[in-house]
Amino acid sequence: MSTEEIRAALADIVNEVAGIPADSVQLDKSFSEDLDVDSLSMVEVVVEAEEKFGVTIPDDEVKNLKTVGDAVAYIERNRAA
Amino acid sequence: MSRTRVVVTGLGTTSPLGGDVASTWEGLLAGRSGVRHLGDVAEGLPVTIGGTAAVDPTEVLDRVVARRLDRSSQLALVAALEAWADSGLEAATESGDLPGERFGVAFASGIGGVQTLLSNHEVLLEKGPRRVSPIAVPMLMANAPAATISLKLGARGPVNTPVSACASGNEAISLAADQIRLGRVDVAIAGGTEAAIHPLPIAAFANMMALSKNDGDPTTVSRPFDTGRDGFVLGEGAGALVLESYEHAKARGATIYAEVLGTGITADAHDIAQPDPEGRGGARAIRLAVQDAGVSPADIAHVNAHATSTPQGDVAESLMLHAVLGSAASDLVVSATKSMTGHLLGGAGALEGVATVLALHHRTAPPTINLDEQDPRVELDVATKVRDLPIGQIAALNNSFGFGGANVAVVFGTVD
Repeated sequence: MSTEEIRAALADIVNEVAGIPADSVQLDKSFSEDLDVDSLSMVEVVVEAEEKFGVTIPDDEVKNLKTVGDAVAYIERNRAA
Repeated sequence: MSRTRVVVTGLGTTSPLGGDVASTWEGLLAGRSGVRHLGDVAEGLPVTIGGTAAVDPTEVLDRVVARRLDRSSQLALVAALEAWADSGLEAATESGDLPGERFGVAFASGIGGVQTLLSNHEVLLEKGPRRVSPIAVPMLMANAPAATISLKLGARGPVNTPVSACASGNEAISLAADQIRLGRVDVAIAGGTEAAIHPLPIAAFANMMALSKNDGDPTTVSRPFDTGRDGFVLGEGAGALVLESYEHAKARGATIYAEVLGTGITADAHDIAQPDPEGRGGARAIRLAVQDAGVSPADIAHVNAHATSTPQGDVAESLMLHAVLGSAASDLVVSATKSMTGHLLGGAGALEGVATVLALHHRTAPPTINLDEQDPRVELDVATKVRDLPIGQIAALNNSFGFGGANVAVVFGTVD
């Protein structure tokens, strides 16, 4: 999957969970500040992303995923590993 | 000091008969049944029918709002939003005339978010603990419907969840009226909800022999007071009533549907599931409600009976009415809503509260369907077609009884 494909698939999850239009889920956007994704919704996004991308995102790691770009980079890194 | 009067200024429902008050009331007057085959979900179960909500709440609510709510809270929110809009109070909260601190909620559920609990249990078994929803707890907790309404409408007074099985919805009306009488709030949304049409509750209710096993035409199975009744039919839905102090309602020129005149709550201490065969606890609840209302038996023109269509309960209710009201019990018009909706459990008392208030408001009692041969032990004038109620000041009684021996009676009255 390319970076853009991962971003787009993640955007679909964010749309499903929080109702945010998928095209506004861009790499530079902060989940909490720009996209208004609250902490429980973020956990839902993480759990869905784990299944979708076949990665594990430990609870301690979630707080580091501030932007969409952080999440996409984490997924790319851990899929490759 | 005179007592604070409590009136009803808004109504809402979503039921097996319709997605709102107008369609539900029209269905009740038409004697329409909302009981149907459940389809694949009921395959292999001893009972395959139910009173499913006529309008799926997910078709009405915003998708993102709906996915964070158990179906019981979805139904509750739909009913509460309708009642709230009907009351015209939205403007008062926005302008600050009704601060959130003076506004409460008493919203019941009999069982709670059972569908969320069971679907997450399936996920746990099939996919493991990591996949259990992080919002499962706020979805399934018993006070989720009340909290959802509080959050949506900004109610910051007492937000309560009375739980007394099938009496819960009526108990919520009583509790909300008390909060206003005690001066804690000026306005409270009262109601009840249930969404328990799922294989596990169906199997459980069927195994305790509470449900009808009649496999004939689903619309004929719920038959309160009829000699052929053999148990209740599960229904789902919610009812909501906006209660308000009379002074507050008058000051803003609100439409007043009826007054909550009195309430009575008792327990049988007889059996966890069976009603007292002589209906003594229920009779006490009715007596307390009539006394609290300050009306005489002859003032009560209408009873919305609990009448679930069980062999024992329906007879006991007739005994209660006679024990308390004497000869007046034979003169009033009785309606059994569950003949058309099935039994909404924690939502029943609330939906039937809405129906009782509408009966007073329109001075019209809905029919009871499937009453082909009235049980001779039921010495009541049960309406089988639409009946007019008398002019002048009249009262109506809403009865609810629940497992655990819970009995709740509420007396409503007309307001000139």
